[in-house]
Amino acid sequence: MALKDIFAGAVVTTKLKEVVAWGRKNSLWPMPYATACCGIEFMGTVSSYFDISRFGAELVRFSPRQCDLLIVLGTINYKQAPILKKFYDQMCEPKWVISAGACASSGGFYNNYSVVQGIDEIIPVDVYVPGCPPAPEAILHAVLKIQEKIDSEARNTVELLPAV
Amino acid sequence: MMIERLQQVFPNEVLSTYTTAVGEAVAVLRKDKLHDVLAYLNQNSDCLCEALLDLCGVDYLSQLKPGEARFEVVYQLYSYQHNHRLRLRVKIPAEDMTLPSATDLWVGANWFEREAFDMFGFQFAGHPHLKRILMFEGFEGHPLRKDYPIEKRQKIPFPQEIP
Repeated sequence: MALKDIFAGAVVTTKLKEVVAWGRKNSLWPMPYATACCGIEFMGTVSSYFDISRFGAELVRFSPRQCDLLIVLGTINYKQAPILKKFYDQMCEPKWVISAGACASSGGFYNNYSVVQGIDEIIPVDVYVPGCPPAPEAILHAVLKIQEKIDSEARNTVELLPAV
Repeated sequence: MMIERLQQVFPNEVLSTYTTAVGEAVAVLRKDKLHDVLAYLNQNSDCLCEALLDLCGVDYLSQLKPGEARFEVVYQLYSYQHNHRLRLRVKIPAEDMTLPSATDLWVGANWFEREAFDMFGFQFAGHPHLKRILMFEGFEGHPLRKDYPIEKRQKIPFPQEIP
């Protein structure tokens, strides 16, 4: 059945930015920044059993220039911090960050001289995922939260028309 | 036995000796003629410790008694030729943290000494490149010293500061 037959002449009105947001939230390009065991959980999340592709975020790229969702999985120490910051700076706008697991969110149990006490000291974070490591369902929940955020950003921001 | 020979040759340097419960020979040393002792153990045909298995630091701050040195540098030596081992505990007072480098005797001492410098602040005189090896440039203090504050946080290095 062709598309024109499905809609059967009906007209759908929407706003351009909402269409853009709808496209963005359903085709997130994640980049895992995995430094510890949380990265193993992410491998489970992207593969067939939990299948992150049900939410349109399956195509993992290992270049920050091709991604819009940075998922930080694992302990970030002081020597790693400038590298993570550089990765974040290389990503194009719009971009979102998930801090997955206790270490990335707060330093975890590494309350010591070498570990950054939460990546929000370096880069902005949209969603924090608790757990050590978080279960795949928790990471999927974080993706859903990011989708909600993208949606609400499009709905709740008012753009002024440029002066003619 | 290597340990008795060491006592005969360097009677003023060896403070005490003992053997652990599992039969490991240990000598406690002063640091004054440390390089002579190490060279002797490395080169004398009866000792011939070709391998420096490990070198590390210890901080005895919480067990410090008056008149005792606060730090120790521990050398683990091994001879392939004779199949014998020796542990040297060298007393290092906090007022004078310099001791001779062993890099001219064992090339492998290079990174061990850099690590001990990084973590405790020992100054190895004659080391070719005594820079931090684990912590980043700009790190303040020596984190494995027992008086390093647990809650102390350093300034996070940022990309433009990477040389």
